[in-house]
Amino acid sequence: MKVNRKLIKQILLHSGLIIAAIICVYPLSRIFTVSIRPGDRIVSTDLALIPDGATFISYLKLLKETYFLRWLFNSLVITVSTSFIGVSLASTAAYAFSRFEFFGKRSAMIMLLATQMIPAGMLILPLFLMIMKLNLMNTYLGMIIAYSVSSLPFSIWILKGYYDTIPKSLEEAAMVDGTGHIGAFWRVILPLSTPALSIAFLFNFTAAWNEYLVARVVLFSSKQYTWTLGLFELQGQFITQWGMFAAGSMLVTIPVLAVFLYSSKWLVSGLTLGSVKG
Amino acid sequence: MASVTFKNIVKKYNENLILDNVSLEIKDHEFVVVVGPSGCGKTTLLRLLAGLEEITSGDIEIDNIRVNDLPPSKREIAMVFQDYALYPHMTVRENMSFALKLRRFSREEIDKRVNEAAAILQLENLLDRMPRQLSGGQRQRVAIGRAIVRKPKVFLFDEPLSNLDAKLREEMRVEIAKLYQKLNSTIVYVTHDQVEAMTLAGRIVVMNKGIVQQNGTPLDVYRKPQNSFVAGFIGSPTMNFMDGKIVSEKDFFYFQNKDVKIFIPSFVFPEAQDYAGREVTLGVRPDDIILDSAKMDHANKLSATVEVIELLGHRENIYLRLGEQRILAVGEAFGELSPNARAEFSLNYKNLHIFDALTKKRINP
Repeated sequence: MKVNRKLIKQILLHSGLIIAAIICVYPLSRIFTVSIRPGDRIVSTDLALIPDGATFISYLKLLKETYFLRWLFNSLVITVSTSFIGVSLASTAAYAFSRFEFFGKRSAMIMLLATQMIPAGMLILPLFLMIMKLNLMNTYLGMIIAYSVSSLPFSIWILKGYYDTIPKSLEEAAMVDGTGHIGAFWRVILPLSTPALSIAFLFNFTAAWNEYLVARVVLFSSKQYTWTLGLFELQGQFITQWGMFAAGSMLVTIPVLAVFLYSSKWLVSGLTLGSVKG
Repeated sequence: MASVTFKNIVKKYNENLILDNVSLEIKDHEFVVVVGPSGCGKTTLLRLLAGLEEITSGDIEIDNIRVNDLPPSKREIAMVFQDYALYPHMTVRENMSFALKLRRFSREEIDKRVNEAAAILQLENLLDRMPRQLSGGQRQRVAIGRAIVRKPKVFLFDEPLSNLDAKLREEMRVEIAKLYQKLNSTIVYVTHDQVEAMTLAGRIVVMNKGIVQQNGTPLDVYRKPQNSFVAGFIGSPTMNFMDGKIVSEKDFFYFQNKDVKIFIPSFVFPEAQDYAGREVTLGVRPDDIILDSAKMDHANKLSATVEVIELLGHRENIYLRLGEQRILAVGEAFGELSPNARAEFSLNYKNLHIFDALTKKRINP
């Protein structure tokens, strides 16, 4: 009886997971199919994963006839800088929130949380005005500033929560051993926070990588576009290049996938085990 | 090595007074144990010395240099934390060499010191392990190792054994005593365990409610507790206390309450005359209750009912009842007494402790 129950549980669990996986993977598989269809069969209703006369012509056209590589590069510069700046700011701010007592600490934390409840669209106008006044329209810097501050609240909350679980005595030990506050943070707290730091990094990265609205407002020359804007440019008023569109969509997943795969090893928590009596 | 001086230390958290005018001198090479119940301010005192908390008023000196405003890193102290606080992302060797690296010691010097400490603490085979791969006792030894490689002016121990099980605690206690013989350095050791205090200390500082209650050698504190708090805190099993009056009868003095009347020889309490008729508390350690009739003072013996006997193996705890007064005595295991039997006993007069009932201070010499 017991074995049967276990088996049924496993079957139910796995069928659920398989259905979820299909739902996730199916649209991707369609995009892949469309991206390798020859030009005359783009809108066919054929469901084969690899269509008849499969070709990489859409990829080649995309790379040759558009600024696609330039757009990827723009996105990459903005996203990577945003992630590093966002995480550095968040990691130090969260440390202050976790370790020091100061006036307005609680209300500041709540305000950070409250900003997350404002829909992104509402911030477009103020962001536009700020970036214009700073004379940073159509620049990387304008984008980087806009992106890195918008994910700060989330990163600060994640990191503060994680720092709170690191025993204070570790820093005290480091300070008695000869570091200052900053040294203790740098040599003890940061190395121990890699799981939370990588989550914050990933969040910043994917948020910036996929962002469209702010980019639409800040960037206006085709060469400065991020890939989200660039892909949209392929969608003309009368004709949409679906083949190139699909090829572009496939290519832009590669950096995100790479970052996720690489950082998964840092996501392993439990590094603090054994520092103090457990 | 160095001396440490606390001068009129006051520490407040908001309006809570944690340390109330604590003054203490610790000499070079001295092993001082600060002991007291939880919340008595002993750990705060240690953290003030380490520089991990700020002093509200008063001065701390290490080697006659005022250190109030120095950060922990500049005080040349090493601390062993209650929860060990080993850096989890570093190996044992890296943990031990961390402070030396920060001070830019040469590679050879670091290796020499780490290996030396590892040999003393039997950590040679564990140097490349991570803290999570160590047992509680091993982690404790690494924490001590991290302190001794520094060769600091003062060692601070904050309840280092309280997370270990009883057997390991005994072993580590002996290890720390051995270590002190070897290093012969100034040690300030905080504990709530009076057995650790008695066995390790060169001098005991008993604290309660932010005030130093008594400061003396272990024997002093045990034999001549200066107030009833110290008397009750130090010694195991705890001292028996009886409330009553000093009464005089025909040139002799007695301690009396409604259940007992105990003869007080004049050598025990020469000033008894001054206290005649006044409320006092009489303290008697369980070891000073004589149940052996060969050694008993038959002229002044008392009689009680045996309530409960707890066998501890080599000895037994005997709970005696006289009216409403319960008295604990200790005897050899498997003695003649059994529950509900009558027992006769007298007191070992030279170890009687008499305290003023109001001030709680000791009034006999």
